[in-house]
Amino acid sequence: MLGKLTWSAIPFDQPIPLVAAALVGLVLLGVIAWVAVAGWLPYLWREWITSVDHKRIGVMYVLLGLVMLIRGFSDAVLMRSHQALAYNAPGYLPPEHYDQIFSAHGTIMIFFGAMPFMIGLMNFVVPLQLGVRDVAFPTLNSVSFWLTASGALLVNVSLVVGEFARTGWWPSPPLSETTYSPGVGVDYYLWAIQISGVGTLMSGVNLVTTILKMRAPGMSYLRMPMFCWTALASNLLIVAAFPILTATLAMLTLDRYLGFHFFTDEAGGNSMLFMNLFWCWGHPEVYILALPAYGVFSEVISTFSGKPLFAYRSMVWATLAICLLSFTVWLHHFFTMGPGGDVNGVFGITSMVIAVPTGVKIFDWMFTMYGGRVRFTTPMLWSVAFLVTFVVGGATGVLLAIPPADFVLHNSMFLVAHFHNVIVSAVIFAAFAGYTYWFPKAFGFTLDEVWGKRAFWFSLVGYVWVFTPLYVVGLLGMTRRLQHFSVAEWYPWVVAASLGVIVMIVGVVCQVVQLVVSIRRRDQLRDVTGDPWDGRSLEWATASPPPSFNFAVMPHVEGEEAYWAIKQRAREQARLREEPDYEPVEMPLNSPTGIVCAFFATLVGFAMIWYILWLAALGLAGAFATFVVFAWRDRVEYEIPAEAVARINRLNRASRLEALQQARRKEAA
Amino acid sequence: MSDSAAIPGSLPGVVPIRRDPNHLGHHARGEGDSHATGRGIGGPSPKRIVVAYGFWIFLLSDIVMFAAFFAAYAVLRGGTADGPGPAELFDYTNVAIETVLLLLSSFACGVATLALDARRALVFQAAMAVTFLLGAGFLALELREFVDLVARDAGPTRSAFLSAFFTVVGCHGLHVTIGLLWLLTMMAQVLTKGFRPDILRRVMCFALFWHALDIVWVAVFTVVYLMGSAA
Amino acid sequence: MTGNAARPPCRWGPVFAAAPRLAAATAAGLTLSGCQMSLLNAKGPVAADEANILIVASIIMLAIIVPTMILTLVFAWWFRASNLKAVYRPDWAFSGKIELVVWSVPFLTIVFLGGIAWIGAHQLDPAVPRESDKPPLRVQVVSLDWKWLFIYPEQQVASVNELVVPVNTPVQFILTSSSVWNSFFVPRLGSMIYTMRGMTSQLNLIGDQEANLYGLSTHFSGDGFPHMLFPARIVPDGAFADWIQRAKVGPPLDTASYGELAKQSVADVPVTYGSVEPDLFRRIVDQTIPKGPGPGREGDNGAPPNVKPKGGS
Repeated sequence: MLGKLTWSAIPFDQPIPLVAAALVGLVLLGVIAWVAVAGWLPYLWREWITSVDHKRIGVMYVLLGLVMLIRGFSDAVLMRSHQALAYNAPGYLPPEHYDQIFSAHGTIMIFFGAMPFMIGLMNFVVPLQLGVRDVAFPTLNSVSFWLTASGALLVNVSLVVGEFARTGWWPSPPLSETTYSPGVGVDYYLWAIQISGVGTLMSGVNLVTTILKMRAPGMSYLRMPMFCWTALASNLLIVAAFPILTATLAMLTLDRYLGFHFFTDEAGGNSMLFMNLFWCWGHPEVYILALPAYGVFSEVISTFSGKPLFAYRSMVWATLAICLLSFTVWLHHFFTMGPGGDVNGVFGITSMVIAVPTGVKIFDWMFTMYGGRVRFTTPMLWSVAFLVTFVVGGATGVLLAIPPADFVLHNSMFLVAHFHNVIVSAVIFAAFAGYTYWFPKAFGFTLDEVWGKRAFWFSLVGYVWVFTPLYVVGLLGMTRRLQHFSVAEWYPWVVAASLGVIVMIVGVVCQVVQLVVSIRRRDQLRDVTGDPWDGRSLEWATASPPPSFNFAVMPHVEGEEAYWAIKQRAREQARLREEPDYEPVEMPLNSPTGIVCAFFATLVGFAMIWYILWLAALGLAGAFATFVVFAWRDRVEYEIPAEAVARINRLNRASRLEALQQARRKEAA
Repeated sequence: MSDSAAIPGSLPGVVPIRRDPNHLGHHARGEGDSHATGRGIGGPSPKRIVVAYGFWIFLLSDIVMFAAFFAAYAVLRGGTADGPGPAELFDYTNVAIETVLLLLSSFACGVATLALDARRALVFQAAMAVTFLLGAGFLALELREFVDLVARDAGPTRSAFLSAFFTVVGCHGLHVTIGLLWLLTMMAQVLTKGFRPDILRRVMCFALFWHALDIVWVAVFTVVYLMGSAA
Repeated sequence: MTGNAARPPCRWGPVFAAAPRLAAATAAGLTLSGCQMSLLNAKGPVAADEANILIVASIIMLAIIVPTMILTLVFAWWFRASNLKAVYRPDWAFSGKIELVVWSVPFLTIVFLGGIAWIGAHQLDPAVPRESDKPPLRVQVVSLDWKWLFIYPEQQVASVNELVVPVNTPVQFILTSSSVWNSFFVPRLGSMIYTMRGMTSQLNLIGDQEANLYGLSTHFSGDGFPHMLFPARIVPDGAFADWIQRAKVGPPLDTASYGELAKQSVADVPVTYGSVEPDLFRRIVDQTIPKGPGPGREGDNGAPPNVKPKGGS
């Protein structure tokens, strides 16, 4: 009846996951109870859970990303502190638990921390920057989000029901085959990633279509803001790379569930095939994360330097070059498989070539600041810190692309330091830069700068502190994923890295405090004009938060930096543009399809993990029924009358006019 | 998003509407004049274009997935583990009949699309029914081949070659199965809802899907059956 | 060799025990004599070449990135909004000359480093034999669940978790795995290489100084992975012959004892075998000997199957 699921699946003998899960469960229950008592459940259901508004979905993506970043970070804290106590000693985590933690850390950070965060930013910002009302497929967007959340849920359920993979974040066979991993850990990984992967793919299709087919009149390709370009490149990569992951994990699933022989190294199977296919997705994945991050930095640096982005067209070319080149480098993940000098040489060089467009971007960001008036707000601090620290990660990346150097550094702590150096500098810094930058657009008030800067400085110092020793200990020959070690010369560096984690914890706490403080002070921090940073692209042309239809009338774009031109004209003429003729706006109706579908997907995933076949069949039938019900709806849109549109827009125009006149008075005085 | 203006439910005078069926562009997608290219002139493309375009992108990604399976097949083709190889296993008559059935079903699907354009419900339903029968026939033959192989101790667990074979062909078969489910759903939708624009768009996507499965089948036929036994 | 000693129950003890160990280890780590593993302190020409490439490439890149980092900070600081001396050029957004420089600087760097990569990938290809007057020593390496088996086919001895090679003699490693992937690596001797079941990989190294080194696996292979650290000694010819002689007294390594060895366990104390069944390595590679059995399926109820590496840590 319940497949493999029994009471013994719950690790009663392991206090750490149980206590952690109990705490999280209590917090969740507390939040739900609080929300229920306050009577907000109907509001949440109506306005958020079933929302198909790209802004709401974007916010929920970012929220999921934030929570999962903290979850992944707590894994990192466990790993670093455990290793500091594991010199000639067993530490406090037994190997079977430690191995789950580093696997979960990587999986969560990549798939459920960084990905949702970046996709959330793209979801929120891209339609606003393009000057349109929503993404191409609003309900599909909701389905994508909830499927991602479903994957995240499964990974976290593995904490208390069963176990997570003990194979690392890429479950390389034959270790991940049933012979060597008979438990449900790898199955949790497979189903969680497959389900969220479908969501990611759909989100990629959605955003590619949005960017290519739905732009405000006059917004030609070379008038799109840089963030839209990088979002386009990133989503093209999602569309081209995620199916490879889906296929690869499907093959591993068939191996494990039905005894196929894709990667078994017996009966003709070949585990090297997995490595090739996995990294065919895996390396583009790095750029799926990094490209939108580059977009965020482009927007932030340009805005806070008070200048257009330097060499915009060059940046576009560099973005597209990275997009293409990312598919030509996967083999550098296994130079040490012994493929021979020619193959290693070619892939070494292609890997380095990616550094050229990336280097160009760095220099162009530098020259964006040149001749500017740089305002050191929190997003700008993150961006400058990115420029300074990312080049180190880039340089060590080029170093690792030299095959003989990789022969001694592969899988070492040096490698660990390298990829954290690039991913944290680019993706995490961009995530927080973008979060602080667009927060007022989403919620109508800015985040507290004092706590933001505290969070920035502690995170930066902690991050440098953690990863510098790891570079060194990698040069001392230390490899990754060691549950304990007995080499004396590694020990001080491991301890040093662990001390840095404490500083990072302070940074994370500051980040949380910033949010709380900002919410409490929201009336002082209110953004009335919708343009708190003196922005340059169209998202700042509408109110904060934008109305559900984004723009009262679709803006006409007449050049690069669409909003900057509008604003300059307003400043020169000391008045806003003529009031437009308002028309009724039709918007898509909300739909619970997303969450219902994800509910059934979770059922299918959980059932398959535990071999509860009837439940899986039920889940599939439920998902199909959901789609049929959705397809049968007769009402798909509602209309917002012209008067309502006008009323909302006039409010915003009034505060903008007020701000404009204030600025004039200040200038005159 | 504390501004109540952002909340659809709280807007006064908001009226849920039924879309005018002949209005292909629509306001949520912008003023949507139907010639808009989406390339910056004239604003967002009309919904019909957007939907078809998006579905094409999805199909491309699906083809990438098949490409990964094909790559696996190409690598593992030699991995027969002393078991039966392509030459002993493949029944080309069966494969030829399958191909004919699938191509004919694509033709029938094309007829259905034409009937849809002409708004002729009866022809549409008939053509879709023929498409279904041909597709189901294809599936039945494929299943028979699978059952036969398993009975001859050449199931997917026998060798890596057979694992890859069953997966590539089976994945296509799974797509056909989903296509058949979709087909029935569309027949029912046209029957109950008539030629509404959203339903026209769905049928168009279904047609794209069905034709794409043909393209994939041509690749399966070439890479798996022909090249498989040539090696 | 499978000690079966339970892991010490202590969980928080290490916190208090750590301080003196940290002090001792710091002292050892800071004095070069204590360095057993540093990649930059090579004991063979392969490792020396690789360390050299590391250093040269690092210097080239530092020459690019340090000025970049400094310029970034200088630009950001000089053009701060409050600095009224800085010229504000709000419309300056392109310069062909600068673009030429910013595309060519990384490009030229990559051309140069690409040359190093291409030449290095060929010269230091692990499969290329090292040149020497002496005839090479052949060592067959099998990664087991969670230990290393070294077979010396010409000497007809084998050892577990102890690698002894003569100084200045080229060593031809041929490697495979009994179960999952591992990666064989002796940091100060040079390149690492994957071991994979049903396949062999090749690695050619040479030690040019006597040394007591450590080797390890660098590809995660399961719960006992950290136990795959093993001593690797480069010794004079005489000492090598002595070691072979001493090893000869050990028990024989045949299919049965290999089967025992292939089970999941750790070997913190090296073991030697006095004779080796002919063709053992070939049969491991073509899988006519059963693969490493893994943890078994009795734990297959979804609960974390208590597959713990047996033996102390």
